[in-house]
Amino acid sequence: MASIGELTAPPFLAVVPTVIRPASSWVPLNLRELWEYREILYFFVWRDVKVRYKQTVLGVAWAVIQPVFMMVVFSLFFGQLAKVATYGLPYPLFVYCGLLPWQMFAHGLGEASNSLVANERLLTKVFFPRLAVPLAAVASALIDFLIAFGVLVALMLYYGAAAPGVRVLALPLFVLLGLGTAFGAGLWLSALNVQYRDVRYTLTFLTQLWFFATPVAYASTVVPEAWRPLYGLNPMTAVVEGFRWALLPGAPAPGPLLWVSVAMVVALVGGGLYYFARMEQWFADVV
Amino acid sequence: MTTGVAVQCEGISKRYRIGTPERYHALRDTITDALHFPGRAVRAMLQGRSPFPPSAAPRTFWALKDVSFQVGRGEIVGIVGRNGAGKTTLLKILSRITRPTLGEARVYGRVGSLLEVGTGFHPELTGHENIYLNGAVLGLRKAEIRRKFDDIVAFAEVEEFIDTPVKRYSSGMYMRLAFAVAAHLDPEILFVDEVLAVGDAAFQRKCLGKMSDVSREGRTILFVSHNMAAVQQLCDRVVWLDEGRIRRDGPAKPVVAEYLQAGADAATEQTWPTLETAPGNDVVRLRRVAVTDTDGEPASTLAVHDAFALAIEYWNLTPGARLNISVAVYNQDGTCVLTTPSVTDPHWHGRPFATGLYRSVCRIPAHLLNDGVYRITVMVVRDLAHVVYWHEDVITFEVQDSPHGRGGWYGKWIGAVRPTLQWETALLAPAATSSTAVGSTHSSREAPAETVGVALVASPSRGA
Repeated sequence: MASIGELTAPPFLAVVPTVIRPASSWVPLNLRELWEYREILYFFVWRDVKVRYKQTVLGVAWAVIQPVFMMVVFSLFFGQLAKVATYGLPYPLFVYCGLLPWQMFAHGLGEASNSLVANERLLTKVFFPRLAVPLAAVASALIDFLIAFGVLVALMLYYGAAAPGVRVLALPLFVLLGLGTAFGAGLWLSALNVQYRDVRYTLTFLTQLWFFATPVAYASTVVPEAWRPLYGLNPMTAVVEGFRWALLPGAPAPGPLLWVSVAMVVALVGGGLYYFARMEQWFADVV
Repeated sequence: MTTGVAVQCEGISKRYRIGTPERYHALRDTITDALHFPGRAVRAMLQGRSPFPPSAAPRTFWALKDVSFQVGRGEIVGIVGRNGAGKTTLLKILSRITRPTLGEARVYGRVGSLLEVGTGFHPELTGHENIYLNGAVLGLRKAEIRRKFDDIVAFAEVEEFIDTPVKRYSSGMYMRLAFAVAAHLDPEILFVDEVLAVGDAAFQRKCLGKMSDVSREGRTILFVSHNMAAVQQLCDRVVWLDEGRIRRDGPAKPVVAEYLQAGADAATEQTWPTLETAPGNDVVRLRRVAVTDTDGEPASTLAVHDAFALAIEYWNLTPGARLNISVAVYNQDGTCVLTTPSVTDPHWHGRPFATGLYRSVCRIPAHLLNDGVYRITVMVVRDLAHVVYWHEDVITFEVQDSPHGRGGWYGKWIGAVRPTLQWETALLAPAATSSTAVGSTHSSREAPAETVGVALVASPSRGA
């Protein structure tokens, strides 16, 4: 934990200089630096969470109200009117279990995409690893998720429905996959947003489209067999299906397509990191 | 303390693009291009190149050009220069906020940079919370902030309001808190950009005091300021940037003197004939700023006993904007002698301005400014609260000494201002009367009627 400032004599010999060079096309990812600045990451998350529900009457309850309200709407239209197949599960439980990871992803993606632009002042006035900004945005979505998770537990108790115990251990992996998707896509969109504010407007459509391409309101069994591989390219499919499998009885296990999803997320995050590192050299000049 | 190097710059240059004149044309081109060659536009975007076709290549300018210097450990270096000379860009590069276009710099040690006071402050959060947030943003660790928390609060003098959201703070309190956090940074190398221009005079003095404490502890400081008095007081060495290049680099006193002299040689009038080249923005652009005599004719020489005027001509580009001009007059020490807003304007103040060209004239009475060289900063304010544009050091003028009202004193007249004030002297008790009368509060003797020329007793001091 000893920072450079706390070193004792002879201090100057020990100091490795920070070298400042022109922008280059290949920038290695500096994870060590990100680790050194982990406190700023913590404070960004803390700030986002603190500020999100300030001066609202209902406060943090909004983290629960939003998905619950969506659950009610979907239950009405898809459950009661359209009678969508749900692996034999009560529709409210079925849809809430899908909405939960979806909302986490959608919030994370939205916040991450706008994060750099929203923190413009910081980008142009202080140095810190820029990666901390979208990372904190995604992490703050996790907090809301954890709060809303309580409702799912209540629903499971109410319906007396729970998957066999050990499966729940896989849940963190699906959470991670969902966060990874939000982070990966968020890296691309946030960096693009710095220069092209069009991203902000595209985001709404993108999220809506993505929502319907993900089996949140319906079960993936409604998708024709022939289209499944293509469908599996959307990592959120694996996340939502995996969530149901880990928590609810009767939901099928994610098949080999899970690995396609994992590969997709790895590619999305890897490519995103590369693009971000390349673009971040210009953020302060362009934003 | 100068053992080793703290900062080393070699050939640092920075090129910026400035808005393309045919921007929309270019954007349209991009769209049509993108329709014809979608692959190319997307590829350009993803490679981080501009998708704008080269035919509409934006104009560029060099904010910094081949800047090389070295700062020894423990040195305090002032960076001076006019607006746009590249001072802030240099600090941004050294702080790693932006990259140089060419060149290389090395920084040895833990860096703290202070380009703005209150960066990262969130209005919804309390003072307490913002101290932590701002501290973290400036590079303090949580444990350090906790340790210094009480000092910071005491320094800012905001104890009572520490749990109030800062959006409810007065601007003075807000600035004090922000500076207090910054003042408690203790990096090995500190980059400071013009942040002393906040708060009231007493607080400024306190900050200067804190800064010189810091410097005595052997820290390396690069200090950008327009406050020449502060620069001379704090810095051993001064780097003078002029249009992106180093013009002088040497001991503080002579470099500052030369810099100020160069400023004094500058024009008493600046004119920008066309809207396109005029400084400003989408709201307002300056056309002319000039020192004139009372009839509006350009004034070549001014003396203390002359009344004169400052004329500011500008284009208002936003229909209905409620504008006022504010002028600040700085003397050779960098002290702001006076600030005068045009709120006393009987005709236009508070009225919406139609778009068009305006002239605002501020009349400065005789016997107000002392002799010396003055610099003018012009601000355009909207709705009495928002500074929409400001131009530092737009013109300079000299007020010549004058024999009027000097009495018998021929030395340098001390003081920022030189008004002719009313004086009266009364004889309270002639020496002949008994000593009991002296000091008696009941003495109702009137002073002899034949009182008194003004006798201003100025002790002969420096410059005499």
